[in-house]
Amino acid sequence: MKNLLDRRKFLKGGLASGVLASVLGTGKKAFAEHSFGGYPNSMGVLVDLSKCIGCRTCEAACNKEQEMPAPDKPFDDMSVFDEIRHGQKRRTSEKTHTVVNRYDVPGHDGPVFRKFQCNHCNEPGCLSSCFVNAYTKTPEGAVVYNEKVCVGCRTCMIACPFYVPAYKYSSPINPVITKCKMCYDTRLKNGRPPACVEACPQEVMTFGKRRDLIKLGHERIQKNPGKYIDHIYGEKEVGGTAWMYLSSVPFAEVGFNTELGDQPIVNYVKEFLTVVPMVLTIWPALFTGFHLLAKRKENQKESQKATTPSDRNA
Amino acid sequence: MSKKFITAWLALLALMMLNVQPAQSMEGPDTATLDSLTDLFAPVSFNHAMHVDVVANDCAVCHHHTTGTKVTDERCARCHKNSGEANSVACRDCHNANPFSAENLQKIADAELLFHTDKPGLKGAYHRKCLGCHQEMGAPTACENCHTKTEKGEAFYRSGKFAPTPGKEPASE
Ligand code: SF4
Ligand code: SF4
Ligand code: SF4
Repeated sequence: MKNLLDRRKFLKGGLASGVLASVLGTGKKAFAEHSFGGYPNSMGVLVDLSKCIGCRTCEAACNKEQEMPAPDKPFDDMSVFDEIRHGQKRRTSEKTHTVVNRYDVPGHDGPVFRKFQCNHCNEPGCLSSCFVNAYTKTPEGAVVYNEKVCVGCRTCMIACPFYVPAYKYSSPINPVITKCKMCYDTRLKNGRPPACVEACPQEVMTFGKRRDLIKLGHERIQKNPGKYIDHIYGEKEVGGTAWMYLSSVPFAEVGFNTELGDQPIVNYVKEFLTVVPMVLTIWPALFTGFHLLAKRKENQKESQKATTPSDRNA
Repeated sequence: MSKKFITAWLALLALMMLNVQPAQSMEGPDTATLDSLTDLFAPVSFNHAMHVDVVANDCAVCHHHTTGTKVTDERCARCHKNSGEANSVACRDCHNANPFSAENLQKIADAELLFHTDKPGLKGAYHRKCLGCHQEMGAPTACENCHTKTEKGEAFYRSGKFAPTPGKEPASE
């Protein structure tokens, strides 16, 4: 955790204070100062941690739906909850878009489980940091990624406040980032709930319009006095996220970063982004070579042509 | 195992003929086969009679106010203090099997006066009710205590014969 935090602080602190950046003025991307707040009718998911029993059915459902590689252990093997890598609990990786982790919270009866995946931010750090526009926030609420455009620079991995995007090390020639798509292609765009949401036996996750879910979340808190922490994580954090959480234990106890603030990540990095063309066009060149970059630019043009205007404008 | 299997089949046959078996002490079936969501798991044979005993004949513990017993939850009592028996006692008649379908979400959005906007779907209702009580009363809580995986279920969970073996590609569905 420490290591990663430092990486982010580097981006946030080091670059936001960069005098050079302000001198260079506005970059290609114009960002509003205030929070955009998301598309009015976008969908979301409210995850109620107090209902999760840690059965990992959601992980299995995601693996199937997204045709992910075989897991290292069966999905009904609960020993994964004891796995610690580099001092951390399991995280999203090239093999999985979502993980459930177990937390033993002092003073709380029994373990608390937390399902985690991309939060599909209203103003995604991954999207705003990507200089080839590989990411799109769809009007339905999903943040999707286009691997044809990606040059594999991995800036999005650092820019994401939740450390969600994972790098597919198993495909070094063709750089690919993997992350939860909110089942956009297979479900969301056809008005269907994500696979993990539907599979969960406890209905831990409620799918609906984001603004309805916020109302519902506050109602649930109010109607069950003493049961929940009076906060919906993701309602305001980093400018709001499509996936939001209710918990009966303090969020910091179950792996949430409660110090992110309500400002979208883009507000910290936008000055940095004005120098992106200068800095970052060199990185991918180092990683992938100029040829590959040129090829991808072409791909990008093609895919832009192929995208419908409504996708682009929305 | 085989005994269980036979019981399940008998219950299923009985249900096919009558939908429910005749009552003994209380009104209601002795066994109910919960199979409307069967896919990854075999149908669950639910020992209704035993659970009636466990709750000391208080139907409302599971059936809310639908059987005519007084509600116990004060949040429900605010409106349902004097509610009588409902038209149906079956869980599935109130708890939608597809709670997040576009149709159902629209239905909720359109019903401005609807109070039960946070009503769980059928699968959620079953599990929260059953498991919630099982946790409280120290009854079994592991998935396999109630559920036997079908072959499709084993493939889904990558367990049993679909389990990954280190260094070998697991069998596919
Ligand atoms: S959680 Fe991370 S990867 Fe997901 S949309 Fe937000 S910034 Fe992007
Ligand atoms: S929304 Fe879809 S892609 Fe994302 S974790 Fe759930 S099943 Fe996986
Ligand atoms: S399927 Fe539901 S209950 Fe099971 S681990 Fe996932 S979120 Fe928790």
